[in-house]
Amino acid sequence: MTEAFAFRPSRRAVLQSGVAGMALLATGPQAFAQETPKRGGILSFALAAEPPTYDLHGSQTFAVMQRVAPHYSTLLRYKGGAYPEVVGDLAESWTSAPDGLTHTFKLRTGVLFHDGTPMTSADVKASYERIRNPPKGVISSRQASLGKVASIEAPDPQTIVFKMSAVSSSFIDEVAASPWNAIYSAARLEKDPAWPIRNIMGTGPFEFVEHVAGSHWVGKRFDKYFRQGYPLLDGFRAITMSPAATVNALVGKQVQAEFRGFSPAERDRLVKGMGESAKVQEGGWLLHQDISFNPKRKPFDDPRVRRALSLAIDRWTASRSLGRISVLRDIGGVMMPGGQWAATEAELEKLPGFGKDMAANRAEAKRLLKEAGVENLKIQLLNRAIEPYITAGIFLIDQWRQIGVTVENHDAETAAWYASIAGDNFDVVMDSYTDYTDDPTTGLPKFLSADKWPIAAPKFNDPELDDLYAKQGAANDKAERRKLVRAFEARTMEQAYTVPILWWRRIVVMQDAVKGWTMSPTHMLYQDLAEVWIA
Amino acid sequence: MTTLSQTSFKPTRTRRRWRDNPVIDFAVSQPLGVAGFLVVLVMVVSAIFADVIAPYDPLAIDFEAMLAPPSLAHPFGTDTFGRDILTRIMYGARTALTIGFISSFIGCTIGAIVGLASAYFGGWRDMIVQRGIDLLLSFPIIVLALVVVAMVGRNKVGGVDLNLICAITVPIIPRAARVVRSAGLSIREMPYVDAARAAGYSSTRIVLRHMAPNVLGPYLILVTAYIAQAILLEASLSFLGLGVNEPTPAWGLMLSGNSANFYQTAPWMILFPGAAISLAVFGFNLVGDALRDWLDPRLKT
Repeated sequence: MTEAFAFRPSRRAVLQSGVAGMALLATGPQAFAQETPKRGGILSFALAAEPPTYDLHGSQTFAVMQRVAPHYSTLLRYKGGAYPEVVGDLAESWTSAPDGLTHTFKLRTGVLFHDGTPMTSADVKASYERIRNPPKGVISSRQASLGKVASIEAPDPQTIVFKMSAVSSSFIDEVAASPWNAIYSAARLEKDPAWPIRNIMGTGPFEFVEHVAGSHWVGKRFDKYFRQGYPLLDGFRAITMSPAATVNALVGKQVQAEFRGFSPAERDRLVKGMGESAKVQEGGWLLHQDISFNPKRKPFDDPRVRRALSLAIDRWTASRSLGRISVLRDIGGVMMPGGQWAATEAELEKLPGFGKDMAANRAEAKRLLKEAGVENLKIQLLNRAIEPYITAGIFLIDQWRQIGVTVENHDAETAAWYASIAGDNFDVVMDSYTDYTDDPTTGLPKFLSADKWPIAAPKFNDPELDDLYAKQGAANDKAERRKLVRAFEARTMEQAYTVPILWWRRIVVMQDAVKGWTMSPTHMLYQDLAEVWIA
Repeated sequence: MTTLSQTSFKPTRTRRRWRDNPVIDFAVSQPLGVAGFLVVLVMVVSAIFADVIAPYDPLAIDFEAMLAPPSLAHPFGTDTFGRDILTRIMYGARTALTIGFISSFIGCTIGAIVGLASAYFGGWRDMIVQRGIDLLLSFPIIVLALVVVAMVGRNKVGGVDLNLICAITVPIIPRAARVVRSAGLSIREMPYVDAARAAGYSSTRIVLRHMAPNVLGPYLILVTAYIAQAILLEASLSFLGLGVNEPTPAWGLMLSGNSANFYQTAPWMILFPGAAISLAVFGFNLVGDALRDWLDPRLKT
């Protein structure tokens, strides 16, 4: 997938600013590469949330990724300035057998952990075994991604071999290049498998200095980092602050960057406040806003009711309008709009809820509700009390009112929202999903049956959907795989257990002085900061 | 002299007859109270007849009119969803009044009973109750409400969040109790209370039948004053995301969310809801102050 990073000004304030950073962006990421990197300096950046753990293997939140990634390495990594190209990180080279059942990685020599011990294939094996078969007391958030791995072998200190029980077309993206699959020290894991949950020690570009909960996280340059000449920074300081405070902190130059993203209104305020020092980067985001129906509750066990509620949503108007006030903007099915696996506009329009004739859609929705015997449907919407969930909720309620559905909205705090989902205590829940790669195998589990995706909001069993997912994961032919993804998408929209409303738009604003960071459609990548420098 | 005397007497008698009507007497003696009453009246009429007089549907989204400035079509402008702000302020009066009145009434009633009982019983029971009240009074009103909201969560019944009302009611109780106890301490010493006690009436009867009617004046003043406090508290909690949920029209809620992001480009989004809150609080406070002055016999001498 190739991501367009061209800046798209949408408001007068942006147009007025005429900042140098925007001019740079118009030429794409190559523009940054042309500048001569400078060594030194401490990068300060803002983070809106505290890390619940230090363990990348057991986490799914950017609050962990953006703090911890600078301390670790992975087998492969996404190449800076060239997303989604993958290059070796700890691996010097790699080969895959023609049958797709063996992947062999040759590791670099001379790689040291921060404690001075050498990194070998034993460390890689121990780390992947920990993800694959987590010991007691260890959470593995990506255990399923290694489900097709039959064995992991370390024939010599510089070679690691993954033997597969079946072909996994997403192995490189999902397993080898995953930013979550950090390599830990085998010696430390042997003493205590839970050690990385509260301790940091890797082979990454920065050593851990301190974490003061609620305040900051500090890293300093690791002088023996294996990539010659990197990192460029002397260190970094991640400061915990609310999104509102971040806007002011960026304007006041207390921080130089925030890597997750801002809303269009925040972007405009930043551009106005920062003037020429603002650098704005925008692009698609591997993050979709969804609604999930609880099929354990009537009448949501009836696909006609779920489909009717999806049909009533005018996604095309939402894209034009909500995109002005929130990060909700792009129209897409189950794969990221504009990505290599995305449906074309013509394909999308054929799906329930994506047709452009809203009068016909709403008439069909009313007919389906009548047929299901729930013409005057009253439902409870469980929403999360943060943006853009609230914005999406207000929009949905209006859309459903237009087909005669009465909605009682409940904006819950995050903990209560999670608890309600876990306890199946909802009619309809506003939800979202993100991952780091546009590969269907990592992107589609959100829409699978509960036994395949245990943390799913709607607990249903749809063997047809699961079968299509398994088939696309095993397909080596890209055209065939694309066809299977389309079939999966059609089934998802027809059954409508979980349906996307809109995809998010990523807007990153930082000080123009911050160079070498790569914009991508995910806030989980390029956070090791090795190539980042301050002009 | 006789003539003069008659001349001065006649207007006095006329004025007294005229002012025998308590409504007129209140209007003449408390002009600021009348102004406050008019503000409250506008609010009550808006709340009751919002369905009839509001120009738009308060929930309907109109993206064509997004962030429209004040105009003839939308006198107070529109918000980020193109919803008419005047309409939402009218409907918001419903939310403010319902929560404000119920919370204030329940809080002041419970507070009055606690305060009277504490005054009546006196001794160690009074001391324990008063120390408990001291403890509750040590929390700022918003902090106490936040604690209650965090503890009890939400519980909507018939569109009204009972837990939100509870959260606003709790901080009112100790404040009302302290005021009513002061009045109760003097009433307790009255001969008719001694007589009731001598006649063998139960403590409950003495407190509710004999003492309570005599604190009606301060009680009414408290209810009126705390409606304003409750409206402000509801707006504060909604602003913090702990009160009323979207898309229910509520003044505090109208000041939060996207308003914070667009206050520079669309100031009407915060100006008019903010003015509504200020006017309502101001109106109820004026009425409360006027009632206090009007009912206080010391200020009539």
